Amino acid sequence: MSTARILTLREAALADRAGLAARHPRVFRRFTAARLGVAFVAATALGLLAFGLWRLEFSPGRIAGGFGQLLHFLGLMLPPDPGSTSRALLILRGLAETLAIAFLGTLLAAALAFPLGFLAARNTSAGRVVHFLSRRALDSIRGVDALIWALIWVSVVGLGPFAGVLAIMTSDIGTFGKLFSEAIETADRRAVEGVTSAGGGRLAGIRFGVLPAVLPVMAGHVLYMFESNTRSSTIIGIVGAGGIGLMLSEMIRTLEWGVVSFIVLLILVAVAVIDAISGRLRAALAG
Amino acid sequence: MPGKRAFLEGAGPLVTTLTPLPGARLAELLDGYRAAGRAPRRRALVLAVAIAVLALLAGSVAEVDPTRLWRHLGDFFGYFDRLTALEAGGGRVWTDPAEWFWGWRKWGLLLADTLLIAYVGTAIGAAGGFLLSFVAAANLVSNRWMRGTARRFLEFCRTVPDIVFALIFVIAFGLGPVPGVLAIAIHTMGALGKLFSEVVENIDLKPVEGATAAGASWVATLRFAVLPQVLPNYASYALLRFEVNVRQASVLGFVGAGGIGQDLIEAIRKFYYNDVAAILVLIIVTVMLIDLGTERLRHRLIGAMERSR
Repeated sequence: MSTARILTLREAALADRAGLAARHPRVFRRFTAARLGVAFVAATALGLLAFGLWRLEFSPGRIAGGFGQLLHFLGLMLPPDPGSTSRALLILRGLAETLAIAFLGTLLAAALAFPLGFLAARNTSAGRVVHFLSRRALDSIRGVDALIWALIWVSVVGLGPFAGVLAIMTSDIGTFGKLFSEAIETADRRAVEGVTSAGGGRLAGIRFGVLPAVLPVMAGHVLYMFESNTRSSTIIGIVGAGGIGLMLSEMIRTLEWGVVSFIVLLILVAVAVIDAISGRLRAALAG
Repeated sequence: MPGKRAFLEGAGPLVTTLTPLPGARLAELLDGYRAAGRAPRRRALVLAVAIAVLALLAGSVAEVDPTRLWRHLGDFFGYFDRLTALEAGGGRVWTDPAEWFWGWRKWGLLLADTLLIAYVGTAIGAAGGFLLSFVAAANLVSNRWMRGTARRFLEFCRTVPDIVFALIFVIAFGLGPVPGVLAIAIHTMGALGKLFSEVVENIDLKPVEGATAAGASWVATLRFAVLPQVLPNYASYALLRFEVNVRQASVLGFVGAGGIGQDLIEAIRKFYYNDVAAILVLIIVTVMLIDLGTERLRHRLIGAMERSR
């Protein structure tokens, strides 16, 4: 121990560093298997990142130029301004469409996915083949993005918000089916056993044993997806499936930056309001 | 064994007959049951009516037209019929995979690019979210203004859909994968920054206090007291986000931001049905494989996390 006043543990340790290293050689070893493994993973990840940057044609000049452009656009975006009252009304109508698409799409998807969830859950399914097939079908539906479904529905029912409703509905059936079936699989089995031992059949077991347990969970999922769909239905207008996205992409393409920032601001507010309402409802469900 | 059996048989039949309840008592119980069920039932009815009214309102706004759907429903299934029928004639696409996947070389490269876009975007976004998560966490930063600004910024980044960023970036940076990567990176930063900061807020503060008491600086505290606790969770969330981003990257090409989406939207618009089917199959299979791979990795991470506890 030195005679100098020691302030903290760290200073004491640093003063005696050589002694510590001599007493605990294992802690101070530079190369351990774990460290080499971490270094290898990190090097691979960084190497892939560098290759990606090269392959995707990132160049400092392009990035700098692009950010310069963005700053210029940002200056033009202020203040947010819809331009004219008639255009503001059009934008509000687009927003209403967006919310309607999200609401109806979620509702229809939930209604259609409800029976599918039971088919895809291991404990309520009608046999292993049905279970497997319905799982894979739901996976495939989920693998296709809502925008792609929107394109397909636009070519079936024509341009407009109705195609958007159908697109949100189709892409959500996959998600809901998976979430619902997981909720059903994790439901307490004892309730079903109780119903069965009292003489209830299979359907009665589902109705009185499973449903009361899973309905609140499902309602929570539906509300959560409604929040998420408010976001996705703002963009499906880009491919012509209704909502505010059509207006937004038009305004971006024609470089009307004031209107763009107005629409983005409107979307932010709408999403925040929906999130607040649905968050409160979900809290009420859980409590 | 035989002894037990004899014992069970000796005990006689287990089932006894139940005597039915007297009528008055039964009626009383039934009334109680109905009364208990009335209030929830009324509430459910009110809820159902409210949802129905909202649905009708939304239906009129969204121009829902069941008769149009009914008339064109055949087209929807016909679409899939045409997707899977060889355009050259002669049966279904899967009878002639060489003809179906004629462009596999080009599509394979585009798919690899799509995965790279998702990877680079996730990596950049995760790095940004990583840095901001410590600023946005309530238990590490006491400056309210700094924390609030970081949080609002993250919120903005994740609320604006990535395809909107892509639309704007395409104009600023030009067509190609660069705007796609940046759009994904910004959105990922917003989403991961929030999740990461929630992880940080739930850590055990005792190591932090220990490090501070031993005289560690803020950065050293992060490195030795916070990071070991949060890293497995961070990696797990980043992998989950990578899955999402692969899906997103496959459609960013719709607005000219690189990847396989460009070829897909062209095929859809020009009615090259077999190409649409081939590209969709490629995307779905890739997404499923990525999902499986990352799920396995995440389980290993979670396992490692639980072992280290």
